[in-house]
Amino acid sequence: MRVVEVKLYTRITRQVYGARGSLVFVKTLPGVRYGELVELDVDGDVRLGQVVDVSQDVAVTQIFGSSLGITPGKTTVKLRGERLRLPISIDMLGRIFNGLAQPIDGGPPVIPEDYMDIHGEPLNPALREPPSEFIETGISVVDGMLTLVRGQKLPIFSGSGLPHNKIAMQIVRQARVKGKEESFAVVFGAIGVTFEEAMYFLNELRKMGAIDRTAAFIAPASAPTVEKLALPRTALTLAEHLAWKHNMHVLTILTDMTNYCESLREISAAREEVPGRRGYPGYMYTDLATMYERAGRVYGKKGSVTIMPILTMPDDDITHPIPDLTGYITEGQIVLSRDLWRKGIYPPVDVFLSLSRMMKEGIGPGKTREDHHPVFGQLYRAYADGQRLREIIAIVGTESLTERDKKYLEFADAFETKFINQGEYERRTIEETLDLAWDLFSILPEEELAIREELIKKYHPKYRSQK
Amino acid sequence: MPARLGRIYRIAGPLVVAEGLESPRMYEVVYVGDEGLIGEVIAVRSEKTYIQVYEETTGLTVGEKVEATGRLLSAELGPGLIGSIYDGLQRPELEIGRILRDIFIKRGVKVNALDRGKKWVFERNAEIRVGEKVGEGDILGSVKETPLIDHKITIPPGIRGIIEWIAGSGEHTIEDTIAVISAGSVKHEVKLYQIWPVRVPRPFKEKLPPSEPLITGKRVIDLIFPIAKGGKAAVPGGFGTGKTVMLQSLTKWSHADIAIFVGCGERGNEMSDALKSFRELFDVRRGRPMMERSVFIANTSNMPVAARETSVLLGVTIAEYFRDMGYDVLVVADSTSRWAEAMREISGRMEEMPGEEGFPAYLASRLAEFYERAGRVIALGSPERTGSVTIFGAISPPGGDFSEPVVRNTLRYIQALYALDYELATRRHFPAISWLTSYSLYVDFVREYLDEVSGGKWLEYRNLFLKILQRESELLDIVRLVGPEALPEEDKLLLEVARMIREAFLQQNEYDPNDAYSSLEKGLLIMNAIIEFYNTSLKLVKSGVPVFKIRELKSPYLIYRFRLYALEDVKKLYEEFKKSFKKEIESIMGESSGS
Ligand SMILES: Nc1ncnc2c1ncn2[C@@H]1O[C@H](COP(=O)(O)OP(=O)(O)O)[C@@H](O)[C@H]1O
Ligand SMILES: [Mg+2]
Repeated sequence: MRVVEVKLYTRITRQVYGARGSLVFVKTLPGVRYGELVELDVDGDVRLGQVVDVSQDVAVTQIFGSSLGITPGKTTVKLRGERLRLPISIDMLGRIFNGLAQPIDGGPPVIPEDYMDIHGEPLNPALREPPSEFIETGISVVDGMLTLVRGQKLPIFSGSGLPHNKIAMQIVRQARVKGKEESFAVVFGAIGVTFEEAMYFLNELRKMGAIDRTAAFIAPASAPTVEKLALPRTALTLAEHLAWKHNMHVLTILTDMTNYCESLREISAAREEVPGRRGYPGYMYTDLATMYERAGRVYGKKGSVTIMPILTMPDDDITHPIPDLTGYITEGQIVLSRDLWRKGIYPPVDVFLSLSRMMKEGIGPGKTREDHHPVFGQLYRAYADGQRLREIIAIVGTESLTERDKKYLEFADAFETKFINQGEYERRTIEETLDLAWDLFSILPEEELAIREELIKKYHPKYRSQK
Repeated sequence: MPARLGRIYRIAGPLVVAEGLESPRMYEVVYVGDEGLIGEVIAVRSEKTYIQVYEETTGLTVGEKVEATGRLLSAELGPGLIGSIYDGLQRPELEIGRILRDIFIKRGVKVNALDRGKKWVFERNAEIRVGEKVGEGDILGSVKETPLIDHKITIPPGIRGIIEWIAGSGEHTIEDTIAVISAGSVKHEVKLYQIWPVRVPRPFKEKLPPSEPLITGKRVIDLIFPIAKGGKAAVPGGFGTGKTVMLQSLTKWSHADIAIFVGCGERGNEMSDALKSFRELFDVRRGRPMMERSVFIANTSNMPVAARETSVLLGVTIAEYFRDMGYDVLVVADSTSRWAEAMREISGRMEEMPGEEGFPAYLASRLAEFYERAGRVIALGSPERTGSVTIFGAISPPGGDFSEPVVRNTLRYIQALYALDYELATRRHFPAISWLTSYSLYVDFVREYLDEVSGGKWLEYRNLFLKILQRESELLDIVRLVGPEALPEEDKLLLEVARMIREAFLQQNEYDPNDAYSSLEKGLLIMNAIIEFYNTSLKLVKSGVPVFKIRELKSPYLIYRFRLYALEDVKKLYEEFKKSFKKEIESIMGESSGS
């Protein structure tokens, strides 16, 4: 398979000065371009690389593979005269590829519609349309409190052993936009995951009959570092192509972005760059942003790119640079809690640490329901009160509690076991979710609901049952 | 001047090193490569010139030409600014989209900041007559740029002389000469627009004390930590603590004449959301779309990092320009941390000696220069007018830890701190402004104004609120050890009141149509109601009524709902509260005297 189109001005040199990690130092040839693609031929084994720094004498080249065997004087270096472009096509749906878009499912090569630079280009901010289309996932805690909309980038922050994969698959299985049957696709990218994990995803997608609408990109833990770095970009390049050229609604799942960030750190160390916090490069924010910002909607275009990255927080620490910088870029985060998981709650979502920043555009009259916003606020307030009381009874016991306090404790328990908790295959409509919230409100003193009177009269079970 | 040319010697991301460039000047604009990408000289070391390039450098080659222009990076200032959405180099993004016919931004697009073809109706200032002496800042006339903005056409700084000719009222493009001013043998042609270097603060006649509050519509700001017109404030906070919502809210609701939103290294969807709401929402005071008094600079996180600095400087330069017309201008920069990170990246590429956490040593002075451009001033020229630039900068500290260099250095230069608290945000207490660590040094300056509108009570009530909240945090520490019932009755009451202050007064839901903007009057009504509840309850408690009796009252919960209603309804609710509170109190009194 051809990875790039061959250009006439290809040039060749054998002057390799040395190599370190994935970096190879080559003599600067006339016309070498910053960022251009390079081919290194090591005894017939051809590896790709990219120029990452170039001056009068030396071109520093980063290679997409190992530098094993690269020897000054023996290795031939060819300049390709352009950046890495990969073949992209709608026919990639239903197929499995590596991080460089080469098929790994034993199937035939895909006939490309286009060769595309996987780095993409920034979407013009003035042409973006604010995402506002409510995606019903059927999961109460997501739909009710962390609403997802088309064109959003919403990650799952998880920890090892927590059920993030199940939740992601439940979302893929159940996600729908009310009253619409439109063409959608799933682009799935797995970076540095185990074979078992990758197979879990593919089997789930197969079971739900979505495999034909899915393109999977897999770079296992053993793949070269630079392939792991390329993978999310390759996946997103296809996602953009499907959304903007083929008017599809594309959900892109990227897992595990912690592995991506580790690869980034590795490369940065190899380049001997000044490390930032905990050894991660100072530009990690910008690097992640250039990928996640590819999510969105655009005026005049039918499609959308929604991104759901999954990452494991090292030591469950949300202040670790990986979740921290991610949270600064993404439009919220779904944070999983080990405590809730131990209590047997699925999905174990910590609503205090979680957030959906695009929610307000996606909810309310005509989108979900008129009471959604106040219900959401009230759920938080009451659950926070209950949590605070739990802390108090942990110290002083339950004797000193007033009747009112007991109601809030009861609420907090019910909120976890009835509202958050639900089956992996259970789908609740948004109306069911909101009604469930009102059922929980009936535990609380009515005058303490900070909700406008007319909504209470309309939705509170006390008045509902009178009708 | 003959073209000064050099060649590219090295390319490393946004940094390009050139050699052979004759006497390069710091900060002069250079065109880099055959495509003429825009860059700026940021260092000169022996034979080498270091250039930060404001566009993607991929594809450049060693040996391509570099051309020095001798000009400083400048903004075009004139009619057409309002309602624009610019990138960090002041290219209008809608125009870029139209030229490229693409949804993506590509480099090297050349497009003017201000529309050259558009005709504006120039209204000549009748006071100005041919043969008279005029000077910098004098108003020659105006253009009704939008229904909200009367764009004053002024003589640019540095020009004075005799009016030789002035155009009459009528239609003009921005490049038409509308006045000729002669100074000796030199003749200056004044046009509808002027050019000003973004790194240089615009001059003014005199700086004034910050004695007028800038009303923001946020109770916690206006009535607890007020900001003054011409003030400088920082809003640090971890991710999700509400920086962006707060800055957007300020640009929407504050009583500034003009709002400038600088999105620096942040999200595209947020920008589009802001743009949409500015088109749809109406200015509270003047009932016109907010877009008719706003300017946007959108340099999102995926756009070239070097342009983060120019986007911030561009924003404040446009602000000063409108200040000089006599307007109160608000500039918000979201987020200054992204700008600082861009400085760090470029400094790293230049192999400069890194300072704290890799930031360059000049980080502090850059921040100082930026915030120094805030202020309330008497502008140059006649007629005399005052204007102001108020700056709010968001800071995004890694891990939400305020001990990092950008926060610490910024604190040295600002006068009001709105510290956003992670704990408050996780509990959905918004705006998550911490009452324990935030401050405003403007309290004494604006006191007179606020005391007057509140019947003399403001400062007293404000300080009482803060005292109650301070005491609450101490009491909560005790409660954590011994439980709430161990507290004396008066302290139990204080906890009730503190909760009321937090939830009924400090919190404000940006997404509730009645709560997003709170007039001073509404804020003061809520304040009064809480004080009334506190004073009356305190008397009861002192006379032996247990606090649980007060907790059982229903009327105080009305106060929690005030903020969900419009002012007129709040007034009614307030009366209703007073009435039913009185009734409930009487029945308690009856009980206790009956027993
Ligand atoms: N005043 C407010 N009212 C209601 N919600 C708010 C308010 N401020 C912040 N929020 C919530 O917090 C989220 C994060 O706020 P944002 O300003 O985007 O945070 P930051 O810029 O600090 O990362 C918002 O999406 C919104 O859900
Ligand atoms: Mg923000």
